[in-house]
Amino acid sequence: MSQEVDRGRRQLLTVATTLTGAVGVAFAAVPFLASWKPSARAKALGAPVEIDVGKLEPGAMLKIEWRGKPVFVVRRTPGMIEKLAAIDGLLADPGSERSRQPDYAKNQTRAVNPEYFVVLGVCTHLGCVPMSRFDPGDAELGADWPGGFYCPCHGSKFDLSGRVYKGVPAPTNLEVPPYTFVDTGHVVIGVDQERIA
Amino acid sequence: MAGKLAALGAWIDARFPMTTLWKEHLSEYYAPKNFNFWYYFGSIALFVLALQIVTGIYLTMSYKPSASEAFGSVEYIMRDVEWGWLIRYLHSTGASAFFIVVYLHMFRALLYGSHRRPRELLWIFGVLIYLALMAEAFMGYLLPWGNMSYWGAQVIVSLFGAFPLIGDSLVEWIRGDYFISDITLNRFFALHVAALPLVLIFLVIAHILALHEVGSNNPDGIEIKKNKGPDGIPLDGIPFHPYYTVKDIYGLGVFLLLLAAVVFFAPEMGGLFLEAANFEPANPLLTPEHIAPVWYFTPYYAILRAVPAFAGTQVWGVLVMFAAILLLFFVPWLDRAPVSSIRYRGPLYKIALILFAASFIMLGYCGLMPAVQPFKALSVIGTAYYFAFFLLMPWYTRIDSHRPEPLRVRL
Repeated sequence: MSQEVDRGRRQLLTVATTLTGAVGVAFAAVPFLASWKPSARAKALGAPVEIDVGKLEPGAMLKIEWRGKPVFVVRRTPGMIEKLAAIDGLLADPGSERSRQPDYAKNQTRAVNPEYFVVLGVCTHLGCVPMSRFDPGDAELGADWPGGFYCPCHGSKFDLSGRVYKGVPAPTNLEVPPYTFVDTGHVVIGVDQERIA
Repeated sequence: MAGKLAALGAWIDARFPMTTLWKEHLSEYYAPKNFNFWYYFGSIALFVLALQIVTGIYLTMSYKPSASEAFGSVEYIMRDVEWGWLIRYLHSTGASAFFIVVYLHMFRALLYGSHRRPRELLWIFGVLIYLALMAEAFMGYLLPWGNMSYWGAQVIVSLFGAFPLIGDSLVEWIRGDYFISDITLNRFFALHVAALPLVLIFLVIAHILALHEVGSNNPDGIEIKKNKGPDGIPLDGIPFHPYYTVKDIYGLGVFLLLLAAVVFFAPEMGGLFLEAANFEPANPLLTPEHIAPVWYFTPYYAILRAVPAFAGTQVWGVLVMFAAILLLFFVPWLDRAPVSSIRYRGPLYKIALILFAASFIMLGYCGLMPAVQPFKALSVIGTAYYFAFFLLMPWYTRIDSHRPEPLRVRL
């Protein structure tokens, strides 16, 4: 047996042991990292909710909670719907190209049924709840304000389809959650249109 | 008796380096003899860390980390627990005091060049402590489960959602839920009381070990180790104990006087240390009219808001804000001046540093205010100057004039 140290062999063994150890650590890290994901209970509590919108007055808004976020349902009057197209020029993303909504809500009124507008009440800037400022010519927002949503945190403005104005901090339109009408007066939040029909 | 005590000491020393540690870090650690007022803040920061740990442990004895009980348990501590109000106010005031002390400590480094060679690692450990402290404070602020706690966490956690592709799942992973919930609160509690304090303690030990390895800087910014006596002790050095332990105890006394004044007479500090919106419980459906983080985060919050969204994403503001903090790591290499201390630097650095301090305070003020003019414009100016101060540092510190450094420290 040689007295010489085989340095190449020693280095190979060191590298091999280190790599094997690193793979072990990576596998061992998985449960600790994955443990931070929503638990089974959190997922169950995030299940869809059904709401009755039939009794909503025209021009009024209903605010409900889904997955801890406010969901707004606005029953828009024909007058409100007519005015939507007129302000396209003031908006950052009038066609909702860069915004998030299900495909069935990617249209002029951002709704399945133009009369009922369903949207997440979460500002796309930093997650504050926008306020409803439906009256045109609001005292704070100016005489040319056509009515819409206003975020009190950083001043983002949205129209009555949740579309964002140019030159405000929010980059995209308010997000439309997945939803579906089970009948004319009942809507389920959290389930896509085609999944029930 | 004395003989028995010495024997016990020898018994321990044969098994644990007690006397060695005492000498190395206290009785035979030679610090420059010309320390001034600015050198109080390191030891005060260490004291505040201990204060936060002790008061924090006591708070966990009565606090309940659950969405339904957290707010009530804090009120229970304030009203029903014996001396609970004092322990809680010490902890909440201590958090703000920690940042005041740490900001002054960091400013001292920039004044006298304490970040420079050979203290780069010492500075980097310090920046890591600052980062860990920000994470610790942020998570602690959610625990009272007031409405500002809730919405502050909502805004900051949403920042991570700005990253393309991974943003949404990253935010869900941080919260452990589809919104800031009981699960998030419980998780932040674990990080606030166990994980981050451990990280902080390890970093503080590394910071002090690095300091004692290279030796303390001083207001003249010269190395006292270059002038040693025949005994190998720096001629301008004095043993940390008793000289600086006594000095630091005096500084601590003054600090405690101020801390007590705030704790007893103005624990809310007019809404700066404890915000009014936090006296109502968290409400996921009701955003406070105006969301502002606690004062020590507002300079970076102003930087975040100063950057507009473009190309359909607001990730830029988030990146700029993180870059503003990461820049601090590079200061030792950005500073190219031939001298360390402000005493021997030229007018360019003096003006740049004074403006930096002023603009940092201005940014902090803008971050407290709503995002309207003139605060929007001032935030942009402050952000631009923040980056200019650091990124132009290699240039203006090199062309700046300077006076020769003395060979020995001046008192």
